[in-house]
Amino acid sequence: MSDKPLAPAIEGWYTLDAKPHLIGTRCKGCGTYFFPKQSHFCKNPDCESTDFEEVELSRTGAVWSYTNACYKPPEPYVAREPFEPYTIAAVQLEKEEMVVLGQVCEGVSVEDLKVGMTMELVLEPLHETDDDIKVTWKWRPLDQ
Amino acid sequence: MANEIAILGAGMHPWGKWGHNFVEYGVAAAREALADAGVSWRDVGFVSGGATIRCGYPGYVAGATFAQALGWQGAEVNTSYAACASGSQALAAARNKILAGECEVALVVGADTTPKGFLAPAKGYRPEDPDWVRFYLGITNPTYFALYARRRMDLYGDTLDDFAAVKVKNSRIGSKNPRARYRKAFSAEDVAASAMVADPLRLMDICATSDGGAALIVSSLEYAKKIGKGNAPRVAAISTVTPTFASGVVEMPDIATDSAAAAGVEAQAYRASIPVKAYEEAGIGPEDVSLAEVYDLSTALELDWIEDLQLCPRGEAAGLLRAGDTAVGGRIPVNVSGGLACFGEAVPAQALAQVCELTWQLRGEAGDRQVEGATVGITANQGLFGHGSSVIVKK
Repeated sequence: MSDKPLAPAIEGWYTLDAKPHLIGTRCKGCGTYFFPKQSHFCKNPDCESTDFEEVELSRTGAVWSYTNACYKPPEPYVAREPFEPYTIAAVQLEKEEMVVLGQVCEGVSVEDLKVGMTMELVLEPLHETDDDIKVTWKWRPLDQ
Repeated sequence: MANEIAILGAGMHPWGKWGHNFVEYGVAAAREALADAGVSWRDVGFVSGGATIRCGYPGYVAGATFAQALGWQGAEVNTSYAACASGSQALAAARNKILAGECEVALVVGADTTPKGFLAPAKGYRPEDPDWVRFYLGITNPTYFALYARRRMDLYGDTLDDFAAVKVKNSRIGSKNPRARYRKAFSAEDVAASAMVADPLRLMDICATSDGGAALIVSSLEYAKKIGKGNAPRVAAISTVTPTFASGVVEMPDIATDSAAAAGVEAQAYRASIPVKAYEEAGIGPEDVSLAEVYDLSTALELDWIEDLQLCPRGEAAGLLRAGDTAVGGRIPVNVSGGLACFGEAVPAQALAQVCELTWQLRGEAGDRQVEGATVGITANQGLFGHGSSVIVKK
């Protein structure tokens, strides 16, 4: 990668600090969390709230399941050439009681993962444009 | 039963990668179903089409498209989009029309011509579209199938050999189905030698996308009796329920599940809820089922469905498979058509193809694939955006 500036791949979905968080919302009526953000109506069928607060989600969780991608995905994915397989994890956030998908950081393969192990959120490049390096959230084993 | 309708005829265009216009497949399937029913096209009062939505692709006008292709004769039309459940929703529309007394005979039809490779979303920068988001982040359909498969290995001790055995079973029976696309009986070694796609799933664990068309002629029970088909198989139930908040399983195309953090909210498994309404509506239970056609988008997913249909306790489907119970001649044969493993998915036709197979099985006309003494069959499928269905057909 070059020394281009870093920019979020998807604007406003995560913080860009050293210990990043996903940015969600929380319904002020019933307490349900949303990621991606929900700010106009609550999806809980028993809640009519339209009032939300932006919150940073827990940045650690437990592996719910995991896999990898051995084939290059179609657009809009921007694949590196030559394509290199990457690992993917579904991670359960305890407080939010939700599962969030994401790539796993480089250098970690499926052999390194187990259901239940603790992961933390990190930022890594997703692809490069003419102007900047787009970064996204990824999961990394906590003890690494 | 008051809510039943008769299946007078079934027809399919063989599945493949033919590359023709989807209308051809639908017309061929409709004409076969009409001939099978012994019903004249001019007697059809309602055409209910299953549709797919693919940008720049006119499959979404299914009802009218097929009515025009068969020759305008004034029938009313309907088009249903419900992803993989489109065919079931189209069938439900026809049932409603018949039970309301607004028509006696309906044609239900779905057909598709699929593009090659991954089913990809529309282009641009569109983070408000969950389908766009997940592809942008590198999460394709096999990702989800693989996450579920890995979870089975972790929770229940399923093995790669079990997943391969599903493929071996389905390819063996599917090789005898002239309408299937893949008609080779594969071995466990063949599966193991195929390329890894999304660990633990290999290419031969995952279904392809295909061209194909399927059609049914359905009618009121009175009409069936009138034309001497009072014994035709009946649609006893159609479930097209949506999920219940909060989703406990991350589903295509979402990047996250719902949160179950609010008081009084519990995480729910959608797949397992789909057949519940079907069983209730038909007034029968899983113990009454003779055979099942389930949506084996992956080999491992067939095992999930067997448990979702309550054909065995949770976590025991691999045991059923190992005992031969889900093969022809076993206690509860599953996917005796060969399933998606042998057909590949033709989205708006697939749910109807499942009902076609049950129809032939219940009539005792399935030849080498026949499940002896079959009296009740159930289908199950699930697709994008909270669409899923389960149809019960009985003698």
